[in-house]
Amino acid sequence: MEVLLVSLLNGLVYGMLLFMLASGLTLIFSMMGVLNFAHASMYMLGAYFAFSVSRVIGFWAALVVAPILCGILGALIEMYALRRVHRNGHIAELLFTVGLAFIIEKATQMAWGLLPVPYRVPPVLDRALFHVYGSNFHAYRGFMLLISVLMFVAIWLLLTRTRIGLVIQAALTHPEMVGALGHNVPRVFTIVFAGGSVLAGLAGVIGGNYLVTEPSMAATMGPIVFVVVVFGGLGSLAGCFIASLIMGLVQTFAVVIDVSLADLLARLGIQVTSTTPLAEVLTMPLPRVGALLPYLMLILVLLIKPRGLMGTRDT
Amino acid sequence: MSEGVARTAARPLAAGGAAGFLRRQWPWLAALVFALVVPWFSFDWSTGRHSGFIVSMLSQIGISIIFALSYNMLMGQAGLLSFGHAVFLGLGGYVTAHVVNATKGGAFPLPLELTPIAGALGGLAFAVVLGYFATKQRATAFAMITLGIGELITSCALMFQTFFGGEGGVSTNRMTGRSLFGVGYAAPIQVYYLIVAWTALSVVAMLLLTRTPLGRMANASRDNFERAQFVGYDPRMVRFFQFALSGAFAGIAGALYTLTYEIVTYDTVAGPMSANALLMTYIGGVGVFAGPVVGAVLIVLLQSWVSLLSNSWLVYAGVLFIMMVTFAPMGLTGLVMMHQPIWRAGRLGRLIGPYLRLLGPALLVLIGFVLAVELCSFLTIGAAQGKSFTLSRITIDPRGARPWLVAGLLLVGGGLWLRVAMRGFGAAWNAVTEEVKTVGTRA
Repeated sequence: MEVLLVSLLNGLVYGMLLFMLASGLTLIFSMMGVLNFAHASMYMLGAYFAFSVSRVIGFWAALVVAPILCGILGALIEMYALRRVHRNGHIAELLFTVGLAFIIEKATQMAWGLLPVPYRVPPVLDRALFHVYGSNFHAYRGFMLLISVLMFVAIWLLLTRTRIGLVIQAALTHPEMVGALGHNVPRVFTIVFAGGSVLAGLAGVIGGNYLVTEPSMAATMGPIVFVVVVFGGLGSLAGCFIASLIMGLVQTFAVVIDVSLADLLARLGIQVTSTTPLAEVLTMPLPRVGALLPYLMLILVLLIKPRGLMGTRDT
Repeated sequence: MSEGVARTAARPLAAGGAAGFLRRQWPWLAALVFALVVPWFSFDWSTGRHSGFIVSMLSQIGISIIFALSYNMLMGQAGLLSFGHAVFLGLGGYVTAHVVNATKGGAFPLPLELTPIAGALGGLAFAVVLGYFATKQRATAFAMITLGIGELITSCALMFQTFFGGEGGVSTNRMTGRSLFGVGYAAPIQVYYLIVAWTALSVVAMLLLTRTPLGRMANASRDNFERAQFVGYDPRMVRFFQFALSGAFAGIAGALYTLTYEIVTYDTVAGPMSANALLMTYIGGVGVFAGPVVGAVLIVLLQSWVSLLSNSWLVYAGVLFIMMVTFAPMGLTGLVMMHQPIWRAGRLGRLIGPYLRLLGPALLVLIGFVLAVELCSFLTIGAAQGKSFTLSRITIDPRGARPWLVAGLLLVGGGLWLRVAMRGFGAAWNAVTEEVKTVGTRA
């Protein structure tokens, strides 16, 4: 029971962090048709910016400054590079973001070094918030949950209550029609790209010290966020939210449930020994397979339901 | 995109007899002769050995050529962007390693020269299984599935001991004592000639494949898959066959990789290897059959030489890639092909002047950029490794302001000059192409 509750909370925190990354990506992907491989790089840059800024003016200022820096960078990328590459077609656009992610990773290595940087949780939050069945719930996790819920509410209000939000929502499903109605679609693209970068940067600021701030953090997070976006479905923020939570919970529970296929077979009365065919696959414990699960889910969903959970359009 | 392929395909190989064949295919023959002769330039007569560096680099070029061409069967010819092509190189390599080990154990008397067939069959088998799923989709969804497959197989390679050998990989010994020609394959140069033979075979096979109905239908379903459907072909089957064959050729590359290094680890199936195929193919050019060959040679040379000089060769490769995507989506060979009509019209001389005028500012920007990147890298990574930045015995201090100022000036000044020069070049280019067009219509 205690394992269940603690894992549920941890999975929720991780899922909300994923949603912060994936919501921006899904907006960009749905509107512009570009699968932005550099999105996770913005998450990494957010963490590194926050590390550098927090050493000068403290964590709370970094919480605001670092995402804004990411947003400015995102706007510049969209206005001066992506729009140009757009003429060369979708594949060129996608490859451009792949190259960009690669260069950002190398540039980060050059600017901050190859090793993880000591970006730490602020001392105020570095304590236990409450105890559940003898295990601590860390205050910083509560803070992360708070920030991500606030962000979720903010996006919701922005998209449903403001004019620009309605234009964005319309452009999600019918970009050509929105352009035909006289809205400046390129500017909406820039805003969405910058906004997505802000969200990714914010996720980096609060996730960088919770996880590790290192040059490979973009490469480890990137594919998982893709999985979330594809799983949730194109053009659906709600699907993206559900997919984030599922992914967060799956990854957290996969670590704590120590069973293998052999254990299940043993329940059915079949004993697996070292001579059984595929014994290695059958005895592999779930925590070790955990890293595989997102990709298995990705392949399965693309095969069975290519539009994802709640997608409205084909990928 | 299809123009270059169509042009090579339109010429039958044998037409015009031996002289005609020689006249048309001379670049390929010249490349083959060059590949056969070049190790002997580095032959050290006093020790009776070839330079290990050169032979190993040439071997790598041969493997990369097959790999990049097999990747282009998907990307260039079928329009399928794959992020997991290394899976088939790696799996072909693992299969080969197991086959060679079985031969060594006496279970399986396969001559070493033919082990790439085992690699090809391994690549083919896995490409049939995985391709069955992947080719259900096209475009972005296909790219995502291949990304997933790549990550999946990489994780599996780290997890399972029996087939993949876990983190340590599978090591093997190529001196099985079984050979068609009685060669021992102790020296790398012997393996190199084996690689040359298999590369030549694979290149010819892949070139001929572009002229089969399958190759042409792959082009068709790339350009307009709905119309290809109306003609009566199932685009999914076209994708599937193309994917499977491409996997088989990648398997040959993997087999040669195994024979060269005598070990296969999870690196061969992992993302960076797939990215390498993409980099080589795209920089070389996807529209021309020989494009990936050019890309493979260039990238391996960069990898071998620039990585000796600089920590940050990957940055240069990445920036080159981004520049190609942004400004020359048809790659290096695409750029060369743009000059063909001008060359045919005999107007290429008119462009020499404008090109020379571009050289100065381009060089300034290049030097400024390299200086800036190196300064950055020496400030952090170099400092951590205890290296100092020396340029022909002058030590440059990356902490000082002066080198940064020089780099900034070169970048900004050269960049502005380059913009002006580019405008002049654009005008000259347009004038020449206009002229060529009028000549073409008059004739």
